[in-house]
Amino acid sequence: MLDKQLEKELQRFALEIRIGAVEEFKARGFGHVGGSLSVADALAVLYGAVMKYDPKNPKMEDRDKLVCSKGHAGPSVYAALGLKGFFPYEEIKTLNQPGTNFPSHCDRQKTPGVDMTTGSLGQGTSLAVGMAMGDKLKGRDSRTFLIVGDGESDEGQVWEAAMFTAAKKVTNLVWLIDNNKKQLDGYTKDILDSGDLREKFEAFGFEAVRIDGNDIAQLYDVLTKKAEDKPIAVILDTVKGKGVKEVEETMGNHSMNVPAETYDKWLGELRAELAALA
Amino acid sequence: MKVVYNGEKDRAFKEVLGETIPRLAEEDKDVIYLDADLMGCIGTAKWAAANPDRAINCGIAEANMMGIAAGMSAVGFKPIVHTFGPFASRRCFDQIFLSGAYAGNSVTVIGTDPGVCAAFNGGTHMPFEDMALYRAIPGAYVFDITDAAMLESVLEQCKDMEGIKYIRVGRKNNMKMYEEGMKAEIGKGIVVKEYGTDAVVFACGIMVAMAVEAAEILKKEGIQITVVDMFTVKPLDEELVEKYAKAAGAVVTAENHNKIGGLYSAVTEVLSKKCPTPVEYVAVEDVFGEVGPQDYLEKQFGLTPEHIVEKVKAAIARK
Repeated sequence: MLDKQLEKELQRFALEIRIGAVEEFKARGFGHVGGSLSVADALAVLYGAVMKYDPKNPKMEDRDKLVCSKGHAGPSVYAALGLKGFFPYEEIKTLNQPGTNFPSHCDRQKTPGVDMTTGSLGQGTSLAVGMAMGDKLKGRDSRTFLIVGDGESDEGQVWEAAMFTAAKKVTNLVWLIDNNKKQLDGYTKDILDSGDLREKFEAFGFEAVRIDGNDIAQLYDVLTKKAEDKPIAVILDTVKGKGVKEVEETMGNHSMNVPAETYDKWLGELRAELAALA
Repeated sequence: MKVVYNGEKDRAFKEVLGETIPRLAEEDKDVIYLDADLMGCIGTAKWAAANPDRAINCGIAEANMMGIAAGMSAVGFKPIVHTFGPFASRRCFDQIFLSGAYAGNSVTVIGTDPGVCAAFNGGTHMPFEDMALYRAIPGAYVFDITDAAMLESVLEQCKDMEGIKYIRVGRKNNMKMYEEGMKAEIGKGIVVKEYGTDAVVFACGIMVAMAVEAAEILKKEGIQITVVDMFTVKPLDEELVEKYAKAAGAVVTAENHNKIGGLYSAVTEVLSKKCPTPVEYVAVEDVFGEVGPQDYLEKQFGLTPEHIVEKVKAAIARK
């Protein structure tokens, strides 16, 4: 169980990640706002309390690894890594500027702490399987956490990788499915209905659970649990744009381009919330 | 490099793969072999079953397999991946391009049964475009293998090389060209026959032996040519291409591949810039494959010594 003190710290960290992501979008003027904000809580729990890593040695062999297969959530990953000291925090504000080390989609060759390059949806799944299986074969005590989008799960490769994960018992790989209900063109149920994702993963051979993916305590409980015989899949019931009311209420919030004043308004709300959690 | 060609068939590539992949994995603990349900086709199945930590059968899911291989590279392995050529290229192109090359991972990909070597599996299994696809991946290596000794040498080197390495090779036997234990120098063409400089033929894969046959036919007619084995199609040995193109002034390329994107493209890309020279080609005329015995298909697609002879004469006529 998560103690209240740590819970508050992680809630603060999640808010700081959201603030960081919005600061990045503000600096560039636009970006993948909705899907970055929906995973901020999961990232806060992973980088704040669950994963083993060393910001001074980002390539440490037996570190835990994160593959953000929905690579467009990079801005939140960068904020988390910057806040944890993988690089000077201010650098994240170069998001998508010419020559930046912080591109729209995660790039392991550019950003210290980014464990895998992603962006073409679906591909991070197999990469994560390979990394986890490789670590296991090397005898490392290391877990890989894979964040997959619900819209991303339209891709057949996701299910090839899921089948493989369960069949080969890659139990040091944890699947997190960001079920934020929306993709670029609208609601996932309207674009290509994925049905009950938990049941699907269970049928594939996972220990599949569904939690409130924006709830720090629930995330902590499931992500600190080690898999036994079956790999774990966590369906994160999330809200696209979570944490910024105006974004949550915007239907087309996959990629947004709003004036600086709007970003400032969002940052003001997030900072007020952070201050209230002090 | 000792050329021992005498028109005899070589060891089957399948045997070489079945011996070399397990040997490399046993010699180097970082080597891991992945296949997509085609282990039985290259003689690795028995060893793989006994070594489940060194060989992974991914099932018939090539895109997933390429991603897994790339992920394993990221955590310190040297993956060697095999499936048939079309599935090792077209079927998982975005995965090898992004998860592999773009992400900075290193994977050795073996695509068997290139072009007409797919024979009785027919058009669906007959890649005439695999080299074009792999050539378009920045930094990738592309090899079209000539014989068994070369396959062994290239495989041994590829496992330790960074980046994406695509090896296209048959499963049956080509003509024997080189002495056993030869060292194929990556990125360097091999002069296999040097009768003269009336013309030069740059060939790869199954076409190398045919080019040598063509050289013999032409010699009887008083035309002396040079034959170069361009087994490394990328990066191309530009220096050698330029040297012989300048000396001969007439060039022919020969490949078991579409004329678009393969050896003909690579050679003409170099020559058009460095040394404009008349170039003729023997290659597949931008059509799909079809089913049949390999010798029938070779004739059907013009992949014959006689066609090379014809093209050499055409190139010389353009001098």
